Amino acid sequence: MDPADLTIAEAGARLRSGDLTAVDLLASVRRRASMTEAILHAYLTIDAEGATASAVEADAALQRGDDRGPLHGIPVALKDNMVTRGVETTCSSRILSGYVPPYDATVVERLRAGGAVIVGKTNLDEFAMGSSTENSAYGTTRNPWNPDRVPGGSSGGSAAVVAVGSALGALGSDTGGSIRQPASLCGVVGMKPTYGLVSRYGLIAFASSLDQIGPITRTVDDAVTLFEAIAGHDPSDATSYRGDFPDPRADLGKGVEGLRVGIVSELSGDGIQPGVAAAFQATLDRLAGAGADIREVSLPSTEYALSAYYLIAPAECSANLARFDGVRYGPRIDGATVEAMMSATRRDGFGPEVTRRILLGTYALSAGYYDAFYGQAQKVRTMVSEDFKDAYAEVDVLVTPTSPTTAFAVGERADDPLAMYLSDICTIPSNLSGDPAISVPVGLDDAGLPVGFQVLAPALGEGVMFQVAAAVERLSGFESRPALATSLGAA
Amino acid sequence: MSYEAVIGIETHVELQTASKMFCGCPTDFGAEPNTNVCPVCLGLPGALPVPNERAIEWTVALGIALGCEISQHSVFHRKNYFYADLPKNYQISQFDLPLCVGGHLEVDPGSGVRRVGITRVHLEEDTGKSTHLGGGGRIHDAEGALIDFNRSGIPLLEVVTEPDIRSPEEARAYAQELRAIVLALGISDARLEEGSLRFDANVSLRPEGADELGIKVEVKNMNSLRSLQRALAFEIERQTALLDKGEAIDQETRHWDEEAGRTEPGRSKEESSDYRYFPEPDLVPIQTNPEAVERIRGALPELPALRRARHIALGVEPAAAATMASAGLAAMFDDAVSAGADPRAAANWVTGEITAHLNRTGDDPSDLVMDGRGLAELVGMIGGGELSSTAAKEVLIGVLAGEGSPREVAAAKDLMQISDESAIVSEVDAVIETHPDEVARMKDGDERLAGFLVGQVMKATGGRADPRLVDRLIRERVGL
Repeated sequence: MDPADLTIAEAGARLRSGDLTAVDLLASVRRRASMTEAILHAYLTIDAEGATASAVEADAALQRGDDRGPLHGIPVALKDNMVTRGVETTCSSRILSGYVPPYDATVVERLRAGGAVIVGKTNLDEFAMGSSTENSAYGTTRNPWNPDRVPGGSSGGSAAVVAVGSALGALGSDTGGSIRQPASLCGVVGMKPTYGLVSRYGLIAFASSLDQIGPITRTVDDAVTLFEAIAGHDPSDATSYRGDFPDPRADLGKGVEGLRVGIVSELSGDGIQPGVAAAFQATLDRLAGAGADIREVSLPSTEYALSAYYLIAPAECSANLARFDGVRYGPRIDGATVEAMMSATRRDGFGPEVTRRILLGTYALSAGYYDAFYGQAQKVRTMVSEDFKDAYAEVDVLVTPTSPTTAFAVGERADDPLAMYLSDICTIPSNLSGDPAISVPVGLDDAGLPVGFQVLAPALGEGVMFQVAAAVERLSGFESRPALATSLGAA
Repeated sequence: MSYEAVIGIETHVELQTASKMFCGCPTDFGAEPNTNVCPVCLGLPGALPVPNERAIEWTVALGIALGCEISQHSVFHRKNYFYADLPKNYQISQFDLPLCVGGHLEVDPGSGVRRVGITRVHLEEDTGKSTHLGGGGRIHDAEGALIDFNRSGIPLLEVVTEPDIRSPEEARAYAQELRAIVLALGISDARLEEGSLRFDANVSLRPEGADELGIKVEVKNMNSLRSLQRALAFEIERQTALLDKGEAIDQETRHWDEEAGRTEPGRSKEESSDYRYFPEPDLVPIQTNPEAVERIRGALPELPALRRARHIALGVEPAAAATMASAGLAAMFDDAVSAGADPRAAANWVTGEITAHLNRTGDDPSDLVMDGRGLAELVGMIGGGELSSTAAKEVLIGVLAGEGSPREVAAAKDLMQISDESAIVSEVDAVIETHPDEVARMKDGDERLAGFLVGQVMKATGGRADPRLVDRLIRERVGL
């Protein structure tokens, strides 16, 4: 088997048994990238020099018995909104073109400390705003299962590289579904941790109260591995969770016997594509067959969640993106005054979707509108959290399709922001509540496109979430890979 | 018509914490530009703020000192506006939930005690500092600008008063008292000329006896207590003249020009005042529990008002007590008194020669090589007749120059008074012998001649004889 097709767990075992080196593993992954990138365009930057040095060092460390843990020697990719010292970080925006950060994000430090080999930086919707990776200033990423389709977004690059094996795992960021939706559309596992479990220090902010970094991997087990490597308190992030959290691996193999699994009435009817609905129902049947107690619960505030999200996220982004002004870094368009320079720089630097959200957010925070928009949205946010709390009094986990549809065609929704925003209807509520959620691939629709199944759990409920996700993965037996990867693997 | 001035003051105090408000960068003044900086205070992509606990405690301490209520739940907000020296283009500040609300400060401008209400005390971060090149240093005709971000993120505390102040003198007394409290708490070096203490005033006029407020003008850029007083006096005069002519007051921001002695309008284009405040999502609310507040209250140093009262009770003149507002001077005084010095004499030295020395050198009291014990020794030597006050001034200069203790310096410079009767009796006899006429007139009752004869002995001993002793000896010899 081509090492690029190994899971993190398999590769780790082979690195330790001595029949694979980190340098060879990196070479396989890079070969895979060189053969797929012309089609996918999932990487923005490949750090050849840095990755090679890390791989050499990883091999040397293992030789001398210095084993840094399960990510030792494993090639991983980073969404290009996490800063990397000495490696260009653009957020897929012109406004950061050529920007080379002087420091590493906390997650990057933790990956490096765990011996991971960072292959490169992946494409995203500009500043993580989008659901298709079409809003990138540096070109659209394509879906590995069908290059006429989008990979989802905004972490489309990270999902695509994991799907084809040009990295064994990747980090994405999830503000409204930006890890889970592309994972679903690319047939891989994507997980958003409880808000505060993973440090945001060095994640270029979109919406601070919603953003969370999480893993994208081929298997649930690998997702746990990557999550464990990056989770835990960080004194550099004041919103970082300080307490202990349960061992996410403890119940991984336990199955679902006796667990109460809730389906959400508001997220299971209208607007769900037939192929998605069928795969979702098949998975429910398997869970029931394995002894899960399937119940229906209601999250009545869900219908307002999308509206609340599209006020809160733009409001925060309007302030978060104010720092990109041409004064200290990034390209500058000169003007007669400082104000003119800033305006020209920002007008040139931001794409249309980012501009739209900055305007929307600025408006929502303006005097006279604050209470009606931002204030009201915060109330809805509280109601969504209350709904979840009520639901978790009755069930252990909730399940939904991750995305109402499978991968849509490139360009199909590009001119229809509302249709694009609807892609995130199932994923947004858990960002508002700050709870964890994961997408697991469970099958293909008639067009041969993957369908994701979402498992949601209460805050700090990663243990039971992974437990159910692992069961779903076993019961579904989904082992398909995109033809793009298998043809290359066989070659 | 006769008008009443209504003045409110906003004070910004740069806290002298070791590190900045939201990052670990040092706060020292005068470092090379852009050396005390990091991703956080430069607003680099991805950087996040972490609040400085010490700055929060100090804000609470000032709030307690001003009699404020300390909020148990307080929130940082983002204040959004674009400015080149504001790296994130928003300032982390406080809005509707500040740390401290509703206190007061009693001040005495010399005409009786006045109570100035404190609306709020809140905490925020400072901006960077722009230097405009060319065009006379003004922003609108500058050719370029340089920005130093060393100041960016330094903790900045804002104290807002109610519009309770009625005169420039009261404004100055308020500013002076607030500065004294800040110094007593040790939370800022409170140097107006370096900008670590900045006063902005809102001033409006209304007809005497009216309740309605007039249109207010904000006055900025006062770099000393004196310029605060002068600027307000000018502004009141300017507004009075306008109102007397029946003209309207523009609501505007004006800058004090110290050299011209007048306020000038700021930029004609008023910045938008819609700061789009919203809770800072990168920070969690500050929860201040009552025990923590009590702990801070218990650790507060003696505040200036109480210290003044205590010093006056010791016999110190009120004016001297007011001058000893700074923590360093008061500590030297208190140490001297507890080492046995006469309070009134010690206070005179502290507020006289020692303050003059500090003004001359620009040093802090903490820089002085003489401590309270040294001062007590000096005062004791004068009281004990070992040192004349003239000689004592010379001794002090030597002590402050590091030449040794007062006794050592006096000995080395041969300034000790001769208090030994046997050592000066021969000089007294010689003077009596050489001045028979004066002695005779003195015997006839002209007492003024005693002074003349004492002066002659002092001259003969090079000023070192104890004049009181000489006087007694002369009177004995003459037989009065």
